[in-house]
Amino acid sequence: MKIIACIKQVPDSEAKVKAEGGQVSWGDAPLVINPFDEYAVEGALQQKEATGGTVTALCIGPESAKEALKHALAMGADDAILVSDPALSNIDTVGAARILAAAIQKVGDVEMVVFGRQTLDNGSGLTPAQTARVLGWPMLGLAGQIKVEAGSAQVERVIEEGRQIVKAKLPAVVSVVQSIGEPRYPSFMGIRKASKAEIPVWSLSNIGASAPAPLVTRTELMNPPSRESSVEIITGESPAEIAEKLADKILAEKVL
Amino acid sequence: MKIFVYIDHFKGEAQPASWEALGLAKSFGTATALVFGSNVDEVVKVALEYGADEVLLADDSALLDYRAETYASTLSALASSLSPDLILLPTTTRTRELAAMSAVDLNSNVITDATAVELRGENIIVTRPIYEAKLFEKVTASGKPQLITLRGRAFPKPEQQEGTASAAGTITKVDAKTDALSTVEGYSVAEVGVSLNDAGIIVSGGRGVSNNPSLQPPAGLDDKQAEIWKAQQGFKLVGELASVLGGAVGASRAAVDAGYIPYSNQVGQTGKVVAPDLYIACGISGAIQHLAGIRSAKMVVAINKDADAPIFKVARYGVVGDLFVIVPALTEAFKKKLGK
Repeated sequence: MKIIACIKQVPDSEAKVKAEGGQVSWGDAPLVINPFDEYAVEGALQQKEATGGTVTALCIGPESAKEALKHALAMGADDAILVSDPALSNIDTVGAARILAAAIQKVGDVEMVVFGRQTLDNGSGLTPAQTARVLGWPMLGLAGQIKVEAGSAQVERVIEEGRQIVKAKLPAVVSVVQSIGEPRYPSFMGIRKASKAEIPVWSLSNIGASAPAPLVTRTELMNPPSRESSVEIITGESPAEIAEKLADKILAEKVL
Repeated sequence: MKIFVYIDHFKGEAQPASWEALGLAKSFGTATALVFGSNVDEVVKVALEYGADEVLLADDSALLDYRAETYASTLSALASSLSPDLILLPTTTRTRELAAMSAVDLNSNVITDATAVELRGENIIVTRPIYEAKLFEKVTASGKPQLITLRGRAFPKPEQQEGTASAAGTITKVDAKTDALSTVEGYSVAEVGVSLNDAGIIVSGGRGVSNNPSLQPPAGLDDKQAEIWKAQQGFKLVGELASVLGGAVGASRAAVDAGYIPYSNQVGQTGKVVAPDLYIACGISGAIQHLAGIRSAKMVVAINKDADAPIFKVARYGVVGDLFVIVPALTEAFKKKLGK
């Protein structure tokens, strides 16, 4: 089975992200593979192990995003493709979905596309379903478990109320959540392979797509209001006394 | 302004944030509630009681189970023929997908997780968190209709006027689209208690819940099993406090990763971003990702034995002490004071 894992590069989640002059700044924090997408690569590799085939990591981004693709290669992906074009610096989720769909079509004979459930930066979680819609493929979203059998994929979707078990014919788009399993660490061999890998870069003309105009535009960027950080530590002679005092304080705040 | 409000429900049980969306719609113009499903008259009735001016009802056995494709196609068809200016949805696992797909159909896009929505002339400006709520952005969309999903508890819930449904708006039956690409094979519905998304009060446990030195695990457990057993006893205390307060149980990523409690309880970066009135953190040190997830909490109370834990920096009240002693004492204190 030919599987594509779609990934994105984002600032590390430990980064102190700030608004500076209307721009997002993350200081000298490293750019890494989106943590949710590590689960996507893990899910794709599990399917490769179960059914045979290949995993290709696919990313839209600048040249520097090759580092995120190398992480996927080091985890065990067979190859990687970067879609990079100056005209793609300001796309929204529908734009990204159209570009990814075009790249997936160009790869050809793909049976499963795996996404993480959202990215750490924009965080809207729209791109997986939008890519499925552009391709006209079924969407199996928020899978905590994937089972492929006789040309169909069955997933357990993790939803608010528990789990919904859904089945669809391949090819399909799947997004995965954490319950898919902890992403494996890159192996020594994997890291060596990744460091030597020549990652092809596809431009818009390579995939036969034009630059999608963003429909959503940012008008303002703000730091969150700072929290009053004056904690009042409750003390007392006994746990019962502390609890008594704390309960009174909470009740007085009228948050119950 | 003509506004569609999608009422999200699971087996006829509506997500409360749907009513918050209805309230916001009413403040901007006329609110048309969309109810999709099979035998969902009760949802229709409640939508009218929450103030919907009219209801468009797609009641079809093909819509019995939510599936992204059929629901999105039904929404897209209605939006194409009736041309609303705006479609509001609560933010849930279902609406994120169906709004995403309808946006593709309608040549528009979705703005998710809105915490504020304002009208500026022709433009709708939406405030939303990005970078795990480390930043907020204001965005506007040029497509029509605009689709916006609202974050739960960010907008006031209107009063439900019980018994007014029959006198209120009209109900129009509309066609369902049945172009399903998938089949629903079944459910395993969790005992979720109060959902984290809608919870006014959340009591959360961290890695620290497994460290009760006075507990003796049953014989025959290996180290890992013993640790999980101890953690479960700890979460029982957390759960009892949540139950007395009518709240939900949350957990830090560390507690989830260690296998103490299911992923669905996780608050923070890779879990749920929550906005309760009261958040009580028990044995949670306060990693940056966890703090991002609780930034919208109105008041944080921290109980931790480490006085230097970062959680105290965002807390209004704190207790430096043993959660295994403080949490049960707090449960008892509230039982007494709340007359339970």
